[in-house]
Amino acid sequence: MPAEPLIVLSGVNKHFGRLHVLKDIDLTVGRGEVVVVVGPSGSGKSTLCRAINRLEPVEAGTITVDGQPLPAEGRALARLRADVGMVFQSFNLFAHRTVLDNVMLAPLKVRRRGKADAQRKARELLDRVGLLAHAGKLPAQLSGGQQQRVAIARALAMDPKAMLFDEPTSALDPEMINEVLEVMQQLAEEGMTMVVVTHEMGFARSAADRMVFMADGQIIEDRVPEDFFTDPRTDRARDFLSKILHH
Amino acid sequence: MNVLTQNFSLYGKGLWGTVQLTLLAGALALAVGVLIAGFRVSPVKALRVFGTAWVTVLRNTPLTLLFFAVLLGLPRFGVVLPFMVFAVLALGAYTSAFVCEAVRAGINTVPLGQGEAARSLGMSFTQTLSLVVLPQAARSVIPPIGSTLIALAKNSAIAGSFSVDELLGTYKPLNELGYSIVWTFVWIAVGYLIVTLSLAGVFALLERKLGVAR
Repeated sequence: MPAEPLIVLSGVNKHFGRLHVLKDIDLTVGRGEVVVVVGPSGSGKSTLCRAINRLEPVEAGTITVDGQPLPAEGRALARLRADVGMVFQSFNLFAHRTVLDNVMLAPLKVRRRGKADAQRKARELLDRVGLLAHAGKLPAQLSGGQQQRVAIARALAMDPKAMLFDEPTSALDPEMINEVLEVMQQLAEEGMTMVVVTHEMGFARSAADRMVFMADGQIIEDRVPEDFFTDPRTDRARDFLSKILHH
Repeated sequence: MNVLTQNFSLYGKGLWGTVQLTLLAGALALAVGVLIAGFRVSPVKALRVFGTAWVTVLRNTPLTLLFFAVLLGLPRFGVVLPFMVFAVLALGAYTSAFVCEAVRAGINTVPLGQGEAARSLGMSFTQTLSLVVLPQAARSVIPPIGSTLIALAKNSAIAGSFSVDELLGTYKPLNELGYSIVWTFVWIAVGYLIVTLSLAGVFALLERKLGVAR
């Protein structure tokens, strides 16, 4: 088991109106661990992911990141969010800024780095995701897969302690999924702490340290991938796997 | 025709007054309107309440009544300023309510994910608004703000009733001098057209410039 917990959720509850989306969630993610969250749609997995940096406020329970409890709002929360990278299903690149500016903006304005320094780092990261040649383009001029790789570079530019991925490949055409998964795979190998909500079971199998299976707002299984895929304990998980693995 | 040529300086003075009122009150309205729009979408409840109250009161008060309130009200609290300044305050505050609502409509056209991405990178509310949301809202906000400022140029005529030099007010001395009322008003109308069409031109230019990006 991992030595040091980085993200700890305990007793987390949330409702959307009358719908109980998160029910008494307890989850610990260790430093350097890759946790893949799967489950049927509406199971609360995206909400869980978004709650970790408080894009979704929770009603009860505590969430701590690197020992710090998540503050309610304001500066302290912003500081904490700066340390947790987030990648969205719909990329959310800043549409009015070039690719390079997208990656540089937060380091400049939030971390208050120097311009030359931020630009050098941004170019390094764009090179790493294979998009340095597109640095001067606007997001709309890139394909979905390219946009998502820029979004990953943008999050990495803040030197985050952990990265959250909320269905990063769900909005992509099939031929673009792999280019994004490869970047994520590489990150995982470098020891980045990651929470990944995804339907990509191939990625889960090869990159995950743990599989978390959610249904109806609860964590039903939390196991190593090998066990989860070959011998799910619950009917819910078995049913889910049979639907997504043989089609 | 000779009503214009014989009274060019009077018309000029009136036109200059209208231009001044429009530019100064317009600048005030833009600054305050954007600020109040920020209040109305802020996470702080007190600011939201203040913003809503500001818009509700100013948008629903007849402008003439607002002029009376400012010109007669403020001096009672010891605020004594030239009438021109009072007129700019009244026009600016009134127009700011409409600017605020146009800006807020623009903010709502920016996808939610843009703000979420900014916040997830650790940006504060003010940074999110000024660096990410407002620049993208600008494009859709330009046309309604153009209309609002054109309305402001015409609304500035009310200041004439409160002894501020402006274009419409020039009809009074001209009428007393016995000039044809029709031609007096024709040239006043031309004066307003110069102001409003210039405004429309500037905003068409802005729209084209901001429309390129993205």
